[in-house]
Amino acid sequence: MSASVLVPGSRKGAEAMERAAVKGRSLWDDARRRLLRNRAAVAGMIVLAALVVAAAVGPCLAPYAYDAVNKTDVWMAPLEHGHLLGTDALGRDLLARLLIGLRVSLAIGLVATAVSLAIGVSWGATAGYLGGRVDEAMMRFVDVLYSLPFIFFVILLMVTFGSNIVLIFVAIGAVEWLTMSRIVRGQTLTLKNKEFVEAARAAGLGRSGVIARHIVPNLLGPVVVYVTLTIPAVILAESFLSFLGLGVQPPMASLGTLIASGALDMELAPWLLIFPSAVMVVTLMSFNFIGDGLRDAIDPKDR
Amino acid sequence: MLRFIGRRLLVAVPTLFLVVTLAFFMMRAAPGGPFDLDRKLSPSIEKNLEARYGLNKPLPRQYLDYLSGVVRGDLGPSLKYKDKSVLQILKENYPISLRLGGTAILLASLVGVSLGVLAALRQNQVADYGVMAVAVLGVCIPTFVTAPMLVLVLASKLGWFPIAGWNGGALSSMVLPVTVLALPQIAIISRLTRAGMVEVLHSNYVRTARAKGLPEHRIVTRHALRAAILPLVSYLGPACAGLITGSLVVERIFNLPGLGKFFVISALQRDYTVVMGMVIVYAALILVLNLIADLLYAALDPRVRLA
Repeated sequence: MSASVLVPGSRKGAEAMERAAVKGRSLWDDARRRLLRNRAAVAGMIVLAALVVAAAVGPCLAPYAYDAVNKTDVWMAPLEHGHLLGTDALGRDLLARLLIGLRVSLAIGLVATAVSLAIGVSWGATAGYLGGRVDEAMMRFVDVLYSLPFIFFVILLMVTFGSNIVLIFVAIGAVEWLTMSRIVRGQTLTLKNKEFVEAARAAGLGRSGVIARHIVPNLLGPVVVYVTLTIPAVILAESFLSFLGLGVQPPMASLGTLIASGALDMELAPWLLIFPSAVMVVTLMSFNFIGDGLRDAIDPKDR
Repeated sequence: MLRFIGRRLLVAVPTLFLVVTLAFFMMRAAPGGPFDLDRKLSPSIEKNLEARYGLNKPLPRQYLDYLSGVVRGDLGPSLKYKDKSVLQILKENYPISLRLGGTAILLASLVGVSLGVLAALRQNQVADYGVMAVAVLGVCIPTFVTAPMLVLVLASKLGWFPIAGWNGGALSSMVLPVTVLALPQIAIISRLTRAGMVEVLHSNYVRTARAKGLPEHRIVTRHALRAAILPLVSYLGPACAGLITGSLVVERIFNLPGLGKFFVISALQRDYTVVMGMVIVYAALILVLNLIADLLYAALDPRVRLA
């Protein structure tokens, strides 16, 4: 390390010192190593990657369209007539429907989580950073929302405006941001008075620099963990709505609608219930394993 | 203590007000009305019906009327179930949901705490891994998967339990719905208990208890468990919310005449007053449970002072 970068007081020097310090501690390197040593998390990542690829390209490769009705191939058991996972009451290929359903469920999981992330992080960070009365008022509002029976409002929302996919994103995202904002606020509150933030200020780093280089990277850990745990919660919530008949509408499918219709026909065609349920459980498990692994990796004191 | 309860009840009033207001206007924003039938009613009959239930007045006026009714404890008549008031419907169906949920949470606490303690005492041994595997599965398998699967195997194939129905609350009819409701809660509770126990077992006062020569079972039940179940107490509120969500699915699958079964149907049929009544009851339930949780927390943990 050359001496010229370490001139105290200069902005450039402060940033360079900063870079050197981060590199020396290698927080994220540590976390990655811990994560990769966690077998369950790695298995979760591999399975999830496979699921994502299947959802992304599967529907294009499947030999049948997800909504292609075939009156001659009704109630085919798995492997009959070239239908790998069988067909449903309308002769639609279960594999094709499963792939499209997985795509829809994953997409809803991602988008609704992004919605909750955007609202939650900005709300929580604002409250935490401004502090005082504003913080008090903003978090009281969150408290009030917390004690609402939210599922009822989501159901009312779906009933009121009809079930369309955009609304599902918004409704579920709007429910899930509360916890996110609490986590972010708490983290911001503790961070903004930490010594290393003060040190960075003293070294001449401006306010935006402090936020970008110190607050946000340190927020990232808990937020990433919570995001990986929110996605399965969102997928579950959407499936739950679909199960009640309020989610994705036919002939489009999600894992929830497939399970719901499979449950109706389970006596006659158990495969219609078993395969979608299995995909659902495997998806949720891989997200949960990754989430738990990330938490252990990023926040080792929780182990 | 009394002041704490009083203050919390004061906060509860605006919360309930917000709930009522939001639900009222969302319900009214929905297209269609309670008297839209397959066969169109003649305009004069529809007008009469609307006049009878006060639906012809301007919306703000209806809102104020409804609010004043709620304050007086009158939730109005059902718009769909003729000659029944919302209170009657709640009285008939709420106990069933309450019994299901109550039994489920009791069962979940007993099983969950025992499993969690077992796992913590056998940390990193086979029993621990077994319990934690069950916990992961319990969280990841949604109720709408477990319910049909259990019905398929235990009711249809083996015939141990009735497939659906309430049968006046017979034990055999309750086993499957309660199990389905309890499973995810067992998973979460056993995880929370294990985490709490592991932490407490390493604390100084447990070491002191050991040094005094107390028998292990006494240390566990008297000293460690009391502190270890603290996180559980604050989980009471979310658990209740989870049970309510679960009951919407379970009551539908098992065809039980509880509130959960009515909610979605009533919302779809635009039975405004019934939907509102249910939302109010559930919001009040959650508020009360959260209050009880806070009080319990303070009672169990002398470090917490209610202010």
